[in-house]
Amino acid sequence: MSELVNPTVNTRPIALEIENLVVGVGKSGTGKKIIDGISLQVRQGETLCVVGESGSGKSVTSLSTMGLLPRDSLKAIGGSIKLVGEDVLQASDRRLRELRATTMAMIFQEPMTALNPVVPVGKQIDEVLRTHTSLGASARRARILDMMEQVRLPDVKRIFASYPHRLSGGQRQRIMIAMALVLEPKLLIADEPTTALDVTTQAQILKLMRDLQKDHGTAVLFITHDMGVVADIADRVAVMRNGRLVETGALKDILSAPTQDYTRNLLSSVPSLIPRAAREEVGFNPVVLEANELGKVYRERSMFGKPREVHAAQDVTLTLRKGRTLGIVGESGSGKSTVARCIVRLIDPTSGGIRLAGREISDLSRHALQPHRKKIQIVFQDPYRSLNPRITIGESICEGPINFGTKHSVAMARARELLELVGLPPDAVSRYPHQFSGGQRQRIAIARALALDPEVLVADEAVSALDVSVQAQVLRLLDDIQTRLGIAILFITHDLRVAAQICDDVAVMQHGRVVEQGPAAEVLANPQQPYTRQLLDAAPGRGWDFANFRAVDGSTTVPAA
Amino acid sequence: MAIESLPNPALPSRSGPSLGFLTATPIIALATICLTLVILSAIFAPWLTSHDPQLLAPALRLKPASSEYLLGTDAYGRDVLARILYGGRISLLIGLGAAVTSIVIGLFIGLFSGFFKLADAVMMRVMDGLMAMPGVLLAIAVVSLSGATLTTVLIAITIPEIPRVARLVRSVVLSAREEPYVEAAISLGSSMPKIMWKHLMPNTVAPLIVQGTFIAASAILTEAILSFLGAGISPETPTWGNIMAEGRAFFQVKPSLIFWPGLLLSIAILSVNLIGDAARDALDPRMKQREAGK
Repeated sequence: MSELVNPTVNTRPIALEIENLVVGVGKSGTGKKIIDGISLQVRQGETLCVVGESGSGKSVTSLSTMGLLPRDSLKAIGGSIKLVGEDVLQASDRRLRELRATTMAMIFQEPMTALNPVVPVGKQIDEVLRTHTSLGASARRARILDMMEQVRLPDVKRIFASYPHRLSGGQRQRIMIAMALVLEPKLLIADEPTTALDVTTQAQILKLMRDLQKDHGTAVLFITHDMGVVADIADRVAVMRNGRLVETGALKDILSAPTQDYTRNLLSSVPSLIPRAAREEVGFNPVVLEANELGKVYRERSMFGKPREVHAAQDVTLTLRKGRTLGIVGESGSGKSTVARCIVRLIDPTSGGIRLAGREISDLSRHALQPHRKKIQIVFQDPYRSLNPRITIGESICEGPINFGTKHSVAMARARELLELVGLPPDAVSRYPHQFSGGQRQRIAIARALALDPEVLVADEAVSALDVSVQAQVLRLLDDIQTRLGIAILFITHDLRVAAQICDDVAVMQHGRVVEQGPAAEVLANPQQPYTRQLLDAAPGRGWDFANFRAVDGSTTVPAA
Repeated sequence: MAIESLPNPALPSRSGPSLGFLTATPIIALATICLTLVILSAIFAPWLTSHDPQLLAPALRLKPASSEYLLGTDAYGRDVLARILYGGRISLLIGLGAAVTSIVIGLFIGLFSGFFKLADAVMMRVMDGLMAMPGVLLAIAVVSLSGATLTTVLIAITIPEIPRVARLVRSVVLSAREEPYVEAAISLGSSMPKIMWKHLMPNTVAPLIVQGTFIAASAILTEAILSFLGAGISPETPTWGNIMAEGRAFFQVKPSLIFWPGLLLSIAILSVNLIGDAARDALDPRMKQREAGK
C-alpha cells in the first residue's frame, strides 16, 4: 500500500503531531499512566493506523487529540498534541469546539449510538454547517446532498429526511463519514469505524475512506485492532501496547520485517486465510449430531391482516462426526446463531429434526430433554456475561455435574482438573469471574462446558470478543482438547480467518439458508457460490500472510473489494 | 502478551453488598445514627421509662412537663414520653413487617411471572388492578372488614406494596434471564427452581434492599395515617399515629402532644429514606458494571 500512495508523501505538511503525550488517571492525572510518552505524526493525505490490543491506550490517544477525555477520570499531564501547529492541549473549550468541526473530525465504532435517534440524519449534518458556516439554507442542503453522494449513499433525498433507525449499519456509518467530512477537516480520526460492520460492508467503507482521502487529502488517524484492516488501509502503522509505542513504520516494513517481538507475536497470532489441511479421518467416526431441514420462523402477530413471518433459518441440514469441527460462517442476520441455539435447544425449532448421538431431540419437552442436555454444551461469545458474577468459578463449573447427580466434593475435584486442562491454576475454583481477564474467562466457560463430558461442543462466536493473541491461545486450546477428548465441535463464526484455521468442514449461511457446504479446504480455497466468493473477497488483509510476514503470491497490491 | 497474566490473588472477592455506604456522607451518617437511636429507644422503652403507657390516671390529665413526666401527660393522664417510646415499637414493627412481608411475597410473584409467560399474563393483570386502588383506601376497607388488630393493619398496609415489589422483581428477572450465564445454566440441565434461586434471585437483592427502605418508610407513615383517621390499631395501644390523633383535640392547649410523636415520625421516615437513597447510589447496577470494567 505504501508505495501505491503518493511516494512524495513525506514532504507533505504535518497535520497532526503528538509529542511525548502522557495521560494519567484521576482528575489531576496523578494516578496510573494510561499513556506514557507517545509520539506520533500524521501528514496530509496519509493514513496512520494505530493498532493494539484492548488496554493498549489507542482510544485514549484519539480522545486526547479530540479534547474529549472524560474530565474527572483522565487528564493529559505531559507532552503536546499539535494540530496543524496548534496545541490542542492548551486550547480553550471554545477553541476546541471550533477545531473539532472545522479542523478535525471523528467517527466512532457504533454509528447507531453516535447519531441522534430522534432527528433526521440530514438535519444532523445540517447542524454542523449551521453552527460553523454562514451558508443559507438551500446552499447548506445542496452541500449536504453533494456530500451524501460522495459517500455513495443511494437515493440521497430520501435518506436526507430519514431517521437513523431506517438505515442499515453501513449507511449509518456513511452518514457519520459525511458528517465528519462536510467541513473538509484536515484530520479525520476513525476509532474502529468498521468493527461493528459485516465484512462486505466493511470492505465498502474502507474503500470509500481511501477514495475520499485521495479526493480531499485528509490526514487519517485510524484506530483498529484488526491487522487485516491495517493491511488494507494504512500508509504507516504505529503499534501500541500498555500505553507505550512499540514500533512505528511504513506498512510494508511493519508487516514484512517487524523489529519488535511484540509486533511479531501480534502478527503471527493473526489466523491465516488459507485453510489448514483437514485432519485425516482415522477409521470410522460415528455421526454425533445431525440437523435435518431445520427451520425457525418468527411470527410477528399483528392485529389486522396476516401475521408477518421471518425465516431466521430454513432447511438447514448439517452433519457432524466425532472428533471433527464443523464451522458455520456467515454475516450478521444469516441465521448462524439461530441454528446453534436451536441445536442446543435454547430456542425451539419450528420445523425439521435434530439427532444428537442417535436420538431425535427436536420434539422432546423441556423435561424429557434434561438427560440429553449433558451431551451437548455451548460456549458463548461474551466472556463477561457468560459466567454468573456472584458465583465462584468452582461452583460454576460444578453446576452441571451436580445437576446430573455427582457429589459436590467429586465435582469440585473434577473442576480443579478441568481448570488445569484449560491452562488455569486449580486454586482458581474459589475465585470470582471479575478476577479474570476475558481470555481466562473464556477458558473457564470451556471448562464448564467440558465438565459434563459432552459429545458436542457448540462454540457460538466463542473467540470473537477476544484480542488476537488471546484468540490464538483459545483456538489452540480448543484444538488440543479436541485431539485429547475426541469431542465434536460446532463452531459458529463470522471470521473466515478463524474458520479457515479451526474447521474441517464449513457451511456458509446467508439469509437463513446454507448456500455452500463442504470441506473447509475446498469451500474456502475454491468457492463455488458467488456469495462465498464475495465473503472471501471482502475479508480484510487478504493480500497478506501475516504469520509468515509476507505478501500472498508475492503481490503487495490490495485487491479492490 | 503471549502468556496471559495469572489471576491476581490480592483482588478482593465479591461477597454481597457492603454496608460501607451507611457512612458515605455526613448527612447519611447522621441519618444512620438517628435511626439507630430511634430503634434502640423503642427496643429499650421499658428501661428508659418506668411509666405504663396505658395506665389511665384522670387526676393527672394534661400535666405540663416535670421531672416526673418529662414530656407531661395526655388527656387521660398517661405519660407522653412512655407512650411515644412504646409507640415507636408498634410503628417500627409495622415498617419492618410491611417491608419484609411485601418483599417476600412480591419476590415470589415477580420471579414466577418473570419466568413463566402464562403466569405473567394473569398475575400482572391482578397486580395492575391492585395498583389502581389507592393504598390508604384499600387499607381502610381491609381494616373495617376484619377489625383493627396489629396483624390486620400490617396486612392492610402490605397488600398495596406487593405490586410494586412484584413489578420490580419481574423487570429484573426479564432482563437477567437473557444473560448468557442463565442460558448456560439451562444448557447445563439446571432445573427451573435452581435457575431462579441461584442465578436470577441474587440480581434482585440490591434493588429490593432499596425498595424495602422506601416501603418501610411509607408503611410507618400509612400506619400513622390510619391511626390518625381512627381506622388503625385501637386507641389505647400507643402508636405515633394514635398519640397524634388523640392529641389533635388538645392541640391548642398542649401542642407538644402532637409535636413530639410527629418529630420522631419525621426523623424516622427521613432517616430511612436517606439511607434508602444512599443504598441505591451504592448498589446501582450501572455503577457496578462500571466497576467490573469492559
